[in-house]
Amino acid sequence: MQDLVNIFVKSIFVENMIFAYFLGMCSYLAVSKKVSTGVGLGAAVIFVLGITVPVNYLLENYVLKEGALSWLGPQFAEVDLSFLSFIMFIAVIASMVQLVEMIVEKFAPALYGALGIFLPLIAVNCSILGGSLFMQERNYNSITEASVFGLGSGVGWFLAIVAIAAIREKIRYSNIPAPLRGLGITFIVTGLMGIAFMAFMGIKL
Amino acid sequence: MAEVTEAVEKQKKQREPLFGKKNRKLISDPLDDSNPITVQVLGICSALAITVKLYPALIMSISVLFVMGVGNVVISLMRNVIPNRIRIIVQLVVVASLVILVDQVLKAYVYDVSKELSVFVGLIITNCIIMGRFEAFALANKPWKSFLDGVGNAFGYAWILLAVAFFRELLGSGALFGYQVIPDSWYLSNGGFYSNNGLMLLPPMALITVGIIIWVQRAKNTKLIEED
Repeated sequence: MQDLVNIFVKSIFVENMIFAYFLGMCSYLAVSKKVSTGVGLGAAVIFVLGITVPVNYLLENYVLKEGALSWLGPQFAEVDLSFLSFIMFIAVIASMVQLVEMIVEKFAPALYGALGIFLPLIAVNCSILGGSLFMQERNYNSITEASVFGLGSGVGWFLAIVAIAAIREKIRYSNIPAPLRGLGITFIVTGLMGIAFMAFMGIKL
Repeated sequence: MAEVTEAVEKQKKQREPLFGKKNRKLISDPLDDSNPITVQVLGICSALAITVKLYPALIMSISVLFVMGVGNVVISLMRNVIPNRIRIIVQLVVVASLVILVDQVLKAYVYDVSKELSVFVGLIITNCIIMGRFEAFALANKPWKSFLDGVGNAFGYAWILLAVAFFRELLGSGALFGYQVIPDSWYLSNGGFYSNNGLMLLPPMALITVGIIIWVQRAKNTKLIEED
């Protein structure tokens, strides 16, 4: 249990997708002009990361990894398909996003209305593929750990985009040097927020 | 004889020259006016994390150059047969196969750099520059033009990457491409006056460096200034 809490907190604060790895920066910069849209996209990211990371974990451990196919029989024990992982992961992500979109549309129309336009965008959000690739690199022990990592990363991304959206709403009233307006100041503010987030470094529960 | 040359010249005029004005613009535009990172805001995800040192940044730029150039040509060749509804999946498959090639080559020839780049090679797949250029250019243009557009955008990406890496490596570890450029005797430990700025090696400084590059670029090129 403690391990899980540790992974969760670490993936939100210490290894924040935005501030430590810059993943998903493109949509982070493009969709952060208003808090409400930021919340929508952030929620969609939590959702999709929470689903795709465990699915890709199963794929990695039962199909792609060296020796992962041994459940088929002893003659498959040496098969190593890990070079296929990029294409498999991205295929899973693209189809999961499609699937999630259809399920949400059918069973939760209100949520669909809120997430609507953001869901398809997410297939090409670097943080989603990044989540799966980090999961592969860090070799989590169980599917629970992987899902907790996925959810935690999503929550971290959510926090980051909501925070920057709130700052950008306020910053509109400030007198910024003209060439720095818009993109430039957003970069610098994100950098400063990253420095603040570094205060969490080394936290271990 | 004169007639022949005239006919040849006429034919030449009808076909656009390989490096005509328009085509050169395709390469030069992304370097400044429509730079993928500082103006179109694409591909930032991978651009920042690997700029601690120049060498990995260079390898990354070359990988992106390859994927962009080849990918744009492939998509452009297939542009008339890709059904509109599933184009994103087709694009992802094309990029993913090219990135697998790059990844295997890197693992085989520059293993230590490939370890250093870790997940960021894989993330070229979702690099928005690539998808963005497929969507915006390659799906509607002929292969040669798409190739130039891809190469141009990759160069635009590369120079920002290398500029950021230059400052971060120089100020952060006093070296360029791993070679020490700041004399040993300057350092405090040797009785000098200089000390490396460790902050430059940390992730947030990449963002601030890009912010400053954007500032300088827009101060010079005032038509890029945003209203809001």
